Amino acid sequence: MNKIAPVAEAFDLSTYINSQESKSFLRFLTCGSVDDGKSTLIGRLLYDTKLIFEDQLAALEKDSRKHGTVADEIDLALLVDGLEAEREQGITIDVAYRFFSTEKRKFIVADTPGHEQYTRNMATGASTADLAILLVDARNGLLTQTRRHAFIASLLGVRHVVLAVNKIDLVDYDQKRFEEIKAEFESFSSGFDFNTSEVIPLSARFGDNVTTSSEKLSWFNGPTLLEHLENVELGEEHSEAAFRFPVQWVNRPNLDFRGYSGTVRGGSVNVGDEVVVAQSGKTSRVEKIVTMDGDQVRADDGQSVTLTLTDEIDISRGDVLAPAHSRPDVSDQFAAHLIWMSENAMLPGRPYLLKCGTKTIGASVTEIKHKVDVNTFDHHAAKQLALNEIAFCNLALSEAIAFDPYEANRDTGSFILIDRMTNETVAAGLIWFGLRRATNVHRQALDVNKKARGGLKGQKPAVLWFTGLSGSGKSTIANAVEQKLLSLGRHTYLLDGDNVRHGLNKDLGFTDADRVENIRRVAETSRLFVDAGLITLVSFISPFKAERQLARDLLDTDEFFEIFVDTTLEECEARDPKGLYAKARKGEISNFTGIDSAYEAPEAPELHLKTAGRTVEALADEIVDRLLKDGYIGSDNTWVI
Amino acid sequence: MGIDSQSHLRRLENESIHIIREVAAEFDNPVMLYSIGKDSAVMLHLALKAFYPSKPPFPLLHVDTTWKFQEMITFRDYTVDKYGLDLIVHTNEEGVKNNINPFDHGSSNYTHIMKTEALKEALTQYKFDAAFGGARRDEEKSRAKERVFSFRSASHGWDPKNQRPELWSLYNGRIAKGESIRAFPLSNWTELDIWQYILAEGIEIVPLYFSAKRPVVERDGTLLMLDDDRFRLEPGEKVEQRDVRFRTLGCYPLTGAVESTADTLEDIVSEMLIARTSERSGRLIDHDSSGSMEKKKREGYF
Ligand SMILES: Nc1nc2c(ncn2[C@@H]2O[C@H](COP(=O)(O)OP(=O)(O)OP(=O)(O)O)[C@@H](O)[C@H]2O)c(=O)[nH]1
Ligand SMILES: [Mg+2]
Repeated sequence: MNKIAPVAEAFDLSTYINSQESKSFLRFLTCGSVDDGKSTLIGRLLYDTKLIFEDQLAALEKDSRKHGTVADEIDLALLVDGLEAEREQGITIDVAYRFFSTEKRKFIVADTPGHEQYTRNMATGASTADLAILLVDARNGLLTQTRRHAFIASLLGVRHVVLAVNKIDLVDYDQKRFEEIKAEFESFSSGFDFNTSEVIPLSARFGDNVTTSSEKLSWFNGPTLLEHLENVELGEEHSEAAFRFPVQWVNRPNLDFRGYSGTVRGGSVNVGDEVVVAQSGKTSRVEKIVTMDGDQVRADDGQSVTLTLTDEIDISRGDVLAPAHSRPDVSDQFAAHLIWMSENAMLPGRPYLLKCGTKTIGASVTEIKHKVDVNTFDHHAAKQLALNEIAFCNLALSEAIAFDPYEANRDTGSFILIDRMTNETVAAGLIWFGLRRATNVHRQALDVNKKARGGLKGQKPAVLWFTGLSGSGKSTIANAVEQKLLSLGRHTYLLDGDNVRHGLNKDLGFTDADRVENIRRVAETSRLFVDAGLITLVSFISPFKAERQLARDLLDTDEFFEIFVDTTLEECEARDPKGLYAKARKGEISNFTGIDSAYEAPEAPELHLKTAGRTVEALADEIVDRLLKDGYIGSDNTWVI
Repeated sequence: MGIDSQSHLRRLENESIHIIREVAAEFDNPVMLYSIGKDSAVMLHLALKAFYPSKPPFPLLHVDTTWKFQEMITFRDYTVDKYGLDLIVHTNEEGVKNNINPFDHGSSNYTHIMKTEALKEALTQYKFDAAFGGARRDEEKSRAKERVFSFRSASHGWDPKNQRPELWSLYNGRIAKGESIRAFPLSNWTELDIWQYILAEGIEIVPLYFSAKRPVVERDGTLLMLDDDRFRLEPGEKVEQRDVRFRTLGCYPLTGAVESTADTLEDIVSEMLIARTSERSGRLIDHDSSGSMEKKKREGYF
């Protein structure tokens, strides 16, 4: 459908494209304390490298009049602060990714927020960066947030840093002030593991020494910021790393083809290489490396391909393929740094989901070894972690996974933690080393108990005890509640006459003694189900207070939720769904509750449901709403599927 | 024109394929929004690559406002047929019944009803839990802020101040029932990357991207094409045949053409290199106010 270009024209273009394609590539971020000029600096870089189109410039001029922070000039920060809230408040809230290129390099830059509250967004930007530009305001020098960002960047494996001493115009381009800050930074950063570190004075607002050197900084012999970005030597990442291939998707178009799709994360692989499924230890050889552009003989780091193997072995998403001679660690426990990113504190023992590579499993922190003070880098003991805190921890997983130390491989050594109830990403993790059973002493926090089992389902196990006359609607309502809970992804079980009386309790009749024994067994059974982590619905007439009290006493506080299904005897008798009242009245059944046996109504049930004039649907909703409100299950937008 | 295996375009390609597969693996019922434009063409091409030799394990969804260029519809049906894909076409029937159109109801109202509402309607009706979109971060300043896996509430709203941190290439696809995500596999591509990739891979695109003599009128500095006889001329406007092409495609009464003689991909890329306006300036919907894209996205626009 596309037309063919004249030869001469295509020639020029292809030279151009080749030159584009052979450019090297740098991902960097700007970070540092609030208002130090990060967004302005990116705006300046985009502006000076002519990446701003005419219509965008016109919009910027208009925006600057409305939101600008710099009197009547254009406010370059508005090129990157794209959210309404950011423009109104004049601060950056979330990371912005921008792209620009020069003759020498292509760049992806992440502009990150300086505000402490949004530190996690800075970590997001840093996780994929090769270089960090750490900004300081020349008037203020290094601040707490500058140190925190330097620490996070270094922790996340950013190996190149530039300290940009910004707003140098505001200290009259003073060399002495620059040297002071430089000295302070050098002594502070010597503790970090940066491969290159450069200190550059500049003014983002006025453009001095950003893309062109400045008369006013004639005392400075170093490069402009852009020169440095274009020329800094990065070194090959992952080049010596061992081959790693986390399987994303099993590719089965038909019975004759079984491939494993994924992205090479480190090293490379050739057709014929022996590979092992790290978790199971099964080995095979690479038969083909399949792509839509034809089979390859080799796949390199970063390539997304599909592998087929010479043997049929069991492999699924989450498995990691690796060379048999250079395997990743496989363990269900490891030590890692955690950057906590949620307003809800991290508590050891609480169950989270962990995603590492393509594997998602249950995990919890068994021990906080120490918390890091971002100012002094001292270690402190801690019982929990709050928003933006960083700690070194031991984690235990619900099954063994394959991983590498983060230092060896940023992809197979990193993970995130996800809250089971809210589904938020609550932490970023960097693995240091696996903990083997021999070296592993503590497991107590991971005791498998009802809390852990319930946590697995995102619920607080409990008994919903429905009591009321025969025909009052207990089972119908309990069924409707169970339906609703199921559709919310909750794990429930319903005990009622149908499944208990005919099995476990079929030896029992309807004498008072048998009724008591009946309820005792039901109570014990429901206790086991609660221990198994389930929301257990019990639907029995259970006419006597004492037995209901017995059931209540078997369970912990909050685990027994009594629901009085209150329908008048007249109404029940009028409904008489099973014809039992009629029989009882005729004397064909004896000991029938409400007729010739007492019903002792609950005095203080957790929920008193008056059914008159209400639909089953409404009654069931009332119960589910209460469960949400009382925290037995997560709220509307926080349930787990 | 081949591309070297470690080049910039290959890096982008590999990243996008990884994202597309993650969505297919983690969601029960994903769908790919197919808007027929160049970004959709690239996204579809990447999806074909991601699952080869299988077909993409999800359908395409086209929200048809009934005001698309005719050539787009022809191209859509041709493409779906060529690759044997599942296509769902969804139109806001209520809107059609009420004759909602860009002339009487204003661009922003019309877009809201026929695009945003129609899209939400389709996503809800088919219970899609993930939808791929071809948006790029270089398109617009609020998009530059958006995650690759962008979370949407049960009412399809976006909360830009409260996005999930997204580190490394670890995407959090956990959602509750009724909630969904928008996945943007082309997040890190620029317009120039898209064109270079189309050129390098020989991807077919709608002929409207290439220059040809087309009937246009000039209105408020924008060149609008008369694609069918529903176009309403204002007093004094006259139709001219001019050499024009489109940098972006949408509903024909809302999409501005550019004057150009670029009728090959090579010419288009060359033209791109000297372009001084950004592509979205051809879309009337973005001009209303500087926060307009963010506002639309919060309401569920793609
Ligand atoms: N005089 C002077 N002012 C500057 C310079 N760089 C930035 N500013 C001003 O400092 C203020 C804050 O700049 P921003 O770029 O928004 O700061 P930021 O670091 O991105 O702030 P956050 O992202 O909110 O942490 C603005 O008013 C800028 O115009 C500079 O080199 N000289
Ligand atoms: Mg900023």
